[in-house]
This record gives sequence, C-alpha cells and structure tokens, in this order.
Amino acid sequence: MIAMLNAPHVIGSYVVTFGAIALYTWRMLARARQSARNVPPEELPWT
Amino acid sequence: MDPTASTPSTTATVRRPTSTRFTRGLGVAVIVGAAWVALFGLVLSPNDALQKTGVRILYIHVPSAWLAYLAFIVTGISSAGYLWKRTRSLVWDRVAGASAEVGVLFMGITLVTGSLWGSITWGTYWTWDSRLTTTAFLFVTYIGYLAVRGLGGTLHQRARRSAILALFAVLEVPLVHFSVKWWRPLHQNESVAEGELEDMMLFTLFSGIVTFTLLYVWLVIHRQRTLALDDSVAEHGLDAALAERRQEALQ
Amino acid sequence: MSLWTITRLVAAKDLRVEARSRVMTNQVLPFAGLVMVTFAFALDTSAGDSLLNQVAPGLVWLATLFSLLVVVQRSFAVESADGALDALRVAGVHPGGVFLGKSLALAVQLAVLEALLLFAAVVLYQTEVRASGIVVLLVTYVAATCGLAFVGTIYGGLAAGARGRETLLPLLLLPVVAPVLIGATRATEAALGTNDATPGEGWPWIGLLLLFAALFGAGGTLAFGSLIDE
Repeated sequence: MIAMLNAPHVIGSYVVTFGAIALYTWRMLARARQSARNVPPEELPWT
Repeated sequence: MDPTASTPSTTATVRRPTSTRFTRGLGVAVIVGAAWVALFGLVLSPNDALQKTGVRILYIHVPSAWLAYLAFIVTGISSAGYLWKRTRSLVWDRVAGASAEVGVLFMGITLVTGSLWGSITWGTYWTWDSRLTTTAFLFVTYIGYLAVRGLGGTLHQRARRSAILALFAVLEVPLVHFSVKWWRPLHQNESVAEGELEDMMLFTLFSGIVTFTLLYVWLVIHRQRTLALDDSVAEHGLDAALAERRQEALQ
Repeated sequence: MSLWTITRLVAAKDLRVEARSRVMTNQVLPFAGLVMVTFAFALDTSAGDSLLNQVAPGLVWLATLFSLLVVVQRSFAVESADGALDALRVAGVHPGGVFLGKSLALAVQLAVLEALLLFAAVVLYQTEVRASGIVVLLVTYVAATCGLAFVGTIYGGLAAGARGRETLLPLLLLPVVAPVLIGATRATEAALGTNDATPGEGWPWIGLLLLFAALFGAGGTLAFGSLIDE
C-alpha cells in the first residue's frame, strides 16, 4: 500500500503540508505564551 | 500599578493563553480529522485510473487551495469591516491579519503540493496556466500585505493602511487572472483535475475539506488572539518592564 | 480650490522639482537606456537580430517597469524628506487632488521615458514602427502610462515614510502591474506587427489597460487621503 508509484512525491506532499502547519502552529503558540507573560490577565477576555 | 498584576493568576492561562474550551474541542477534532485524511488519502482510497497515485495529493491540495482563497476573501471582508465607519474596530483588523497570514501559509502549501502533483500528472512542475499564475501572484501580493502590516506606526494607522491595501488586492486579483487567461488561452489542461472521481475519492476529498476548514477556524481564532496579545504587550510592555525593574530593586 | 486646480498645482510643483534637480535626465534616463543595452547582452544577438526584434515590445515595457520603480521612489522621497506631504495634508488640500497631481507628474515623466525607450528599441533592436499601427501604439501608450502612474502613486504613497521602503515598493508594485505588462506588451506587438500580428488585435488589450487605469484611478482618488494620513 505504502510502496506505491511516485511515493516520494505523494508522501512528500503530505509531510510538507502537515509539517508546515505544525511548525506554524507551534511558533504561534510559543509566541502567545511569551506575550501572555507580559500582560495582565484582564487582557485575555476570552479565558 | 500593582507589580503582581503583570503575572497572570493561573498557570493554565500561561501555558495555553489563547485557548478556550471551544478551541480545545476544535483542536481535537482537527487532529482526528488530519489522521483520518492521511489514513484515507494514503492508504484506504483507491488509485485513480488516469492519475494513478497523483490523486492522493489532491486530497490535501484542493482543500489547501480552497482555504487559501477563503482566507483572502475573509481578509477582504474584514478590511471592509474595519474601513466602514459604523463597524470600525481593531478586531476586524486582527482577523484580517490573522486570516491573511494563514492564507499565505496555505497558499504556499498549495503551490508546493500543486507542483508535486503536476510533476506526476503533467510531467512538469509548473505550467503558465491562469489558475497557477494567479495563485502565485496572490501569494506574492499577500506576502507584501503582511510586510506592510509590519511597517509599524499606531494600531489604527496599521489597520487603515493594511485594510486599504487588502481592498486594492481584491481589485488586482481578477485583473491578473483575466489578463493571464487571455495571454495563454491554450492551456486547458486544468480540467484534468475535474475528471470523474469515485465515491471513495469524493468522500476522502470531502473529509479533507471539512478538516482543513476546521483547521482554518482554529488557526485564525488563535492567531487573532495572539495578535491581540502582541498589541497589548506593545501597550503594557513599558509598564511591565518598569514593574520588573522595581521588583529587582526591592530584592 | 477646485480639484483640477489642485491637480495642476501639485503636478507643476513635482515637475518643477524634477526639472531643477535633473535627476530624471541625469540618472533615470541613462539607467533606462542601460537596461535596454543589458537586455541585448543577456539575449545573445550573434545569431541575428530576429530574437531581439521578436521580444522588443516586452523588453520596452519591462524596462519601463524598472524605471517606474525608480521614478516612484524619487517622487515620494522628495515629499517625505521635508514632511511636505504632511504639510499639504495639514493645509487641508483635497487628497484626491494631490493623488491626481502626483499621478499626472508621474505620467509626464513616464511618457518621456517611454518615448526614449521606444527610440532605443528602434535603434538598438531594429524595431520598425509602421504607419498602420500608429493609432494603436499611441492609445496603448496613453492607457498604460495612466495605469502605471496611478498604481505607482498609490503604492508609492503607501510605502512613503516607511522604513525599508526601497525594498518594499518593488514587492508591492510588481505583482499589481503584471496586467499592464501583459496588456501593453500584446498591444504594442499588435501595433508594431511583431510575429505578424495585425493592429486590430491590440484593441482588446487596450480595453484591459483602460479598465485597469479607470479602476486604480478611481480607487486612488478615493483612498489616497487615508493612505497618507499618519
């Protein structure tokens, strides 16, 4: 099943897609964590 | 100002400052959905008669492209929402910025997966058809938009400047699309992607679209809140720094 | 003051600044000529002149775009150096008039530039201007110049006063002017008869150029006030 035709292209595209999204998400959440340390809790009205 | 006010009360808000019960639920759904799409896309769905394994790329390529365009539509609407005086609010601006950023991410993914698909199906990474070229131009245009958002100035300056730019981008995209379409009228092989799909393939594609749309909502909510935090850091940053110094002096 | 008066005054001011500083004649025009010569180096001409002749319309417009970037930078560097744009705004001058005035001055400079580039193409690339295509050629030049001047002013105003505007402007401007490059190149090919095109083939492209100019002209007139308002 995995040993398919054009496997590098197909699997590569899945890796690129989910990898890029994961990397972006990770950086975004890390940034948020850092910012949250520097603001009072009333600046987080959604919590 | 009370120096302790700069440290949030609970540890949960420090570890996950931008999440709520709703986004956590959404996040779990997205992870399950992503695993589902990978399982069906890579393993359970059959090969296409014409495109062979190439069709498996479409299960993530088509949803990414759809999301990228959705993201830019949302950016356009939010920018108009900011510029219209009766609804003027920085929330619109943050949603526009968050959506544009997520859109650029997905447009990049669309271009990469699209050229991988093209190399399998067409034997080339790139052709100059109108859909591809418009997508590439949209990508560059919104990278420029994000650069303008980073120019600095007050929050309302940034909001107004980028909102106008986003509306000009809305004007630009159809012009680019039609000029490229006229320029290269012979490339009709776009329709390869619109061949007959079996039920299993349609189902996989549909679950990809649903998952990616949920992912988009999750990303924009979080990114929007991160931007709000960044903006208030810019406001409170000085207060916080002063409080920290005072604390150090007392020790 | 009426919109037209403001337009005229701002345009006259910009052109006077250019005439006195001579940046246009001493730097921009030589730069444009240099670009045309460099194209000839890049496209090997030893096999004959046919290749250069075939791509001449595109090269002329590409050189125009590169020079547009320089001219727009220049047009707003003059304004933001002394806070002149802010002064105009504080004085309550109609921003739409400022936009149209700066666009007009830019269009005049571009027209001079384009005439020189076309002349350079005739001399360097053996391009021939035929009588039957002269109307199409003129209308193409007017329409494309208006469009370029409008978008140049919009994005120049946006980037004016910002840090790193030298690198930002090409990023913002080049994607937007792609339809002008495509449309003007096709229309010019039709006018010059490149690749056996007939002059009539140019009119749909001129329609695109006019639509482009009209949309960005109207948009710029409306939005320019908010763009430069700091």
